[in-house]
Amino acid sequence: MVAYIVRRLLFAAFVMWGAVTIVFIVLRMVPGDPALVMLGPDASPDEIAALRESLGLTEPIPQQYLHYLASSVRLDFGDSIRLGGDAMGHVLERMPMTIQLSVAALMFAVVFGIGFGIVAALRVNTWADRVITVTSLVTHSLPSFWVGLVLILMLARGLQLLPSGGAGSFAHLLLPAFALALPFTAMVMRLTRSGLLEVINEGYIATARSKGLSERVVIFPHAIRNALIPIVTVVGLYFGAILGGTVVIETVFAWPGVGRLIVDSIGFRDYGVVQSGILVIAAIFVMINLIVDILYGYLDPRVRLAR
Amino acid sequence: MRLAERPTGTAAPGTRTGPLLRVQDLSVSFATGSGRLRAVDGVSFDVGAGETVAVLGESGSGKSVTAQTVMGLLPRPAGRIDGGSVSFDGVDLLDRPDSYTRALCGTDIAMIFQDPLSSLNPVFRVGTQIGETLRRRRGVSRRKAREHAIEMMHRVGIPAPEKRVDDYPHQFSGGMRQRVMIAMALSMNPRLVIADEPTTALDVTVQAQIMSLLADLQREEGMALVLITHDLGVVADVADRAILMYAGRVVETGPIREVYDHGAHPYSVGLMGSLPTGDQDRLTPITGAPPDLRQLPTGCSFHPRCAFATDRCRTEEPVLRPAPDRPQAHLTACHHAEEVLADGIR
Repeated sequence: MVAYIVRRLLFAAFVMWGAVTIVFIVLRMVPGDPALVMLGPDASPDEIAALRESLGLTEPIPQQYLHYLASSVRLDFGDSIRLGGDAMGHVLERMPMTIQLSVAALMFAVVFGIGFGIVAALRVNTWADRVITVTSLVTHSLPSFWVGLVLILMLARGLQLLPSGGAGSFAHLLLPAFALALPFTAMVMRLTRSGLLEVINEGYIATARSKGLSERVVIFPHAIRNALIPIVTVVGLYFGAILGGTVVIETVFAWPGVGRLIVDSIGFRDYGVVQSGILVIAAIFVMINLIVDILYGYLDPRVRLAR
Repeated sequence: MRLAERPTGTAAPGTRTGPLLRVQDLSVSFATGSGRLRAVDGVSFDVGAGETVAVLGESGSGKSVTAQTVMGLLPRPAGRIDGGSVSFDGVDLLDRPDSYTRALCGTDIAMIFQDPLSSLNPVFRVGTQIGETLRRRRGVSRRKAREHAIEMMHRVGIPAPEKRVDDYPHQFSGGMRQRVMIAMALSMNPRLVIADEPTTALDVTVQAQIMSLLADLQREEGMALVLITHDLGVVADVADRAILMYAGRVVETGPIREVYDHGAHPYSVGLMGSLPTGDQDRLTPITGAPPDLRQLPTGCSFHPRCAFATDRCRTEEPVLRPAPDRPQAHLTACHHAEEVLADGIR
């Protein structure tokens, strides 16, 4: 068990290193100069050169990279050029908002995805199944930024039921969480439906019925516990996709989270904040996957022993 | 949503006369991609209380479908009951709603399946699965159900049941898994146990152990036991009566020694011939393959594989009749039973 945890932690460190390295390289390849952005078009070349010097941008890029890695190990992730102060501080300050949005979307997707998936599987080939399946296909295909814009137009601007953007209340959370969750809900639904249809033909389901258990007990927990095993894995993996999706949704709904912070910071070539934001998201992703693996062992005793 | 307790029709076991299970003229068909096939065709048989009956036949002979129909486990909507009746304790189950049969299952009728690995839920502890019927059907506490599971595991010969009760199915060997399955089936003292190929998935050495365990438990409990198998050797010493099925029909039935020693249908004789015995150099398999149920041969379904077949067999469907000059309980569906009996020196 100790060896397993050590292995997982090493893997986590590797993933986070990979993420920040890719971001570091990509950011340096993007044209644009933080000093120029900060000082504006009217700045003199001397001023720009001076700022570049003080920001450490005159060093060769490999040296900047090593410098960055060395200070990252000491948990110093650099300063924000745009906002001033510790870059990581700004990211962590915005983090609760992003987590709130992501978790809300995840919960929506899991509850409605699994719920509708079960209904569709139990009513397979009826109109209810077809309505759910077709709806999920459509929602899966819609880009979430477009869904977000349509929701704003219809519910916020048109009917004036919900706020169009910003944060602060439960009402503010509804539209962005829904738009973020929609494609994910469709996927969970399809997985649940196919998983349950597969499991329902297993021998142990016939056994459960032969024991005279009610059909409800046959489904909960006999079938569902088995059908959930692959769903948990995918839900964990797609939590990363949800985190990534917040970048778009937070921008559409002016949600003050890390996603929007990253987008804004890219515009300002605020390297420190972008790198810190990606690092935190990578860390969360790795952590979620660890939780999924532990949960997987809980759901499937065969995996627990193999470890 | 707990199911009703023991249905009223079975409130006082033993007060009814007649067999415990009576299957009469049962026909079941399945929808397939290329039309409907008749899996069970006019099958009738009785199982008396405390009796052990072997239902024999190749795969596709309809023996498992018959069992599924009795248990109300027929896959729907593909499977359809076209006619006949299945009476348990004098009550026609096909007349009653499915919930009636479901309520009998587990408590009065129990089933043991072929492959104990796929038939046990991999994510639940065996103790939970054994005790589940008692807990869910009788509202017994988890702790009591667990104690009951340990007791049942002890009775089916699982060593150290106190420890193993919390293990998962994959931690057991094949034979032990089947013991778990048996413990599960017998946990409510059912009056009828249907075992569908209970030893087929097991090692040969374990097969005998499981079969003698079933026989012992049957004697102790006095339950009726229906053994569905394609392997006559496995059940010959255990069963009282044999029912032989071919292409969805009963082709021969009678006391097992009688059928074993004086087979009056070429198919049964063929089944015996494909059994290994000490004094044979080689086995005699039945030639040909089981028929396509979608396109059954005319007349007697067995005629393309039969050495006795005549024109009559190709046109006229034989019905069950007393085997000539044999005890009354011995029935056969062969036009040429006389010749088969005369020829059948084994």
